[in-house]
Amino acid sequence: MLAEVINIKKIYMDYAATTPVDPDVLKAMLPYFSQIFGNPSSIHSFGVEANDAVETAREQLADLFHVKPEEIVFTSGGTEADNLAIKGIAFRHKDLRKHAGPHIITSSIEHPAVLETCKHLEKQGFEVRYLPVDHHGLINVADLVQAIGKHTFLLSIMFANNEVGTIEPIEEIGKIAREHEIALHTDAVQAVGKLPIDVTKLKIDALSVSSHKIYGPKGVGALVLRKGVHLEPLFHGGGHEKSLRSGTLNTPGIVGLGKAIQLIQVQMNKEIRHLTLLRDTLIKNVSTIEESYLNGHPKQRLANNAHFRFTAIEGESLNLMLNDKGIAAATGSACSSKKLQPSHVLLGIGLKPEQAHGSLRLSLGRMSTKEDVSIVSEVLPTVVEKLRAMSPLWKK
Amino acid sequence: MYSEKVLDHFRNPRNMGEIKDADAEGTVGNPTCGDLMTIYLKIEKDVITDIKFKTFGCAAAIATSSMITELARGKTLDEALAISREDVASELNGLPPIKMHCSNLATDALKEAIKNYRAKHKGT
Repeated sequence: MLAEVINIKKIYMDYAATTPVDPDVLKAMLPYFSQIFGNPSSIHSFGVEANDAVETAREQLADLFHVKPEEIVFTSGGTEADNLAIKGIAFRHKDLRKHAGPHIITSSIEHPAVLETCKHLEKQGFEVRYLPVDHHGLINVADLVQAIGKHTFLLSIMFANNEVGTIEPIEEIGKIAREHEIALHTDAVQAVGKLPIDVTKLKIDALSVSSHKIYGPKGVGALVLRKGVHLEPLFHGGGHEKSLRSGTLNTPGIVGLGKAIQLIQVQMNKEIRHLTLLRDTLIKNVSTIEESYLNGHPKQRLANNAHFRFTAIEGESLNLMLNDKGIAAATGSACSSKKLQPSHVLLGIGLKPEQAHGSLRLSLGRMSTKEDVSIVSEVLPTVVEKLRAMSPLWKK
Repeated sequence: MYSEKVLDHFRNPRNMGEIKDADAEGTVGNPTCGDLMTIYLKIEKDVITDIKFKTFGCAAAIATSSMITELARGKTLDEALAISREDVASELNGLPPIKMHCSNLATDALKEAIKNYRAKHKGT
């Protein structure tokens, strides 16, 4: 495959999948591998130095999310944060299983880390309601209120969708959750850095963060957990993170996450403007392709997300052909998934399977340029045309 | 994930297109599942003299379509019917296991085309 890729400019447009570690983040992390290697739990100077670094990172997260440092729990990533919040709160409400549900309300377009966790809890006797979304991917708040039962103890609604980029009405949902005295968890893995998030003001009880989506290292994340929200831990052991998450702290990873968060604090506004400009140009250019459609909300969407579908072609072929031209993107087509099912998000917004197959996600990031957008805008129509020429579904 | 040969047939598909005055056509698959292919045949004295395809689907679906046209061209109809899914996959130096069933429909499309041809020329 490399043969054709060689000598052409490679363009990365899959920042929603993962991001490169920012050079400043890497620089901040490096001393914590072999120079300042102490266990943050140790009382000697080696440990104290490492612990100071962890606590600095905790403050950096607390600053960005407008919470107190003691309201940050470090985890191994977004998936663990989702599991910890949902299972952790559910296990605290085990007794409610004997009463009629729903016990937990979530949406049908959540990340698998939330959906599969909820499905697992259903096997344990919890009742879960999966709310539908409209064709833009938005939750209907009235539906949510209607779904709340006497024994509902948790809402888990994503801040923004990882595939189509739609931003959910979390502020309204937060008010509803607080009025009904129900805990609100939100998976903010895609939203962090793309819009301001004031956890306190938005009345969020638990918020999942992943480092590798925001120019930090892989294998680290955090759960922002409002004081007073009680969790059953998933990991038992030495009692780290106030016994909510045992396991020796990943000092270099946590330092990297802290630095990545600090960079967001400094440059987010500028970055949102940069991404929005590139995204809108991309959407405008791609929309000139015949029978191409934008998936997700036209306005209420992440600054870096452009998600399309094209009639009569299949997403895996489209992605491989783009890859041959040096362009890295993503698809929700069944043919690229291990389960051979079209994306639950695309089906959730009402697309037919054959429409979902022809989808393409282009996600921009910090290193994306106008030139990248121009090249993709030029290459994409030729690739779509080539595949349509092969397709028996394209009758033109 | 894919062999070099699959990628080669995907990038440079052989015999792609339609035959306007085809003697037979066969279509299998379903756009709902993400794969749909049509095989077009020209047949003289029970021999496949020309064969083309059109395919909607993943790289494996396109590559198997391309490969079946190479394998079937010049063959008698009985010889063509004897080509198996495994033959197509092995000529492509293998397919990912998950793609063996769903995207390896090319032999079915060929069989369908031959069946249609024979139904049309029954008793002649």
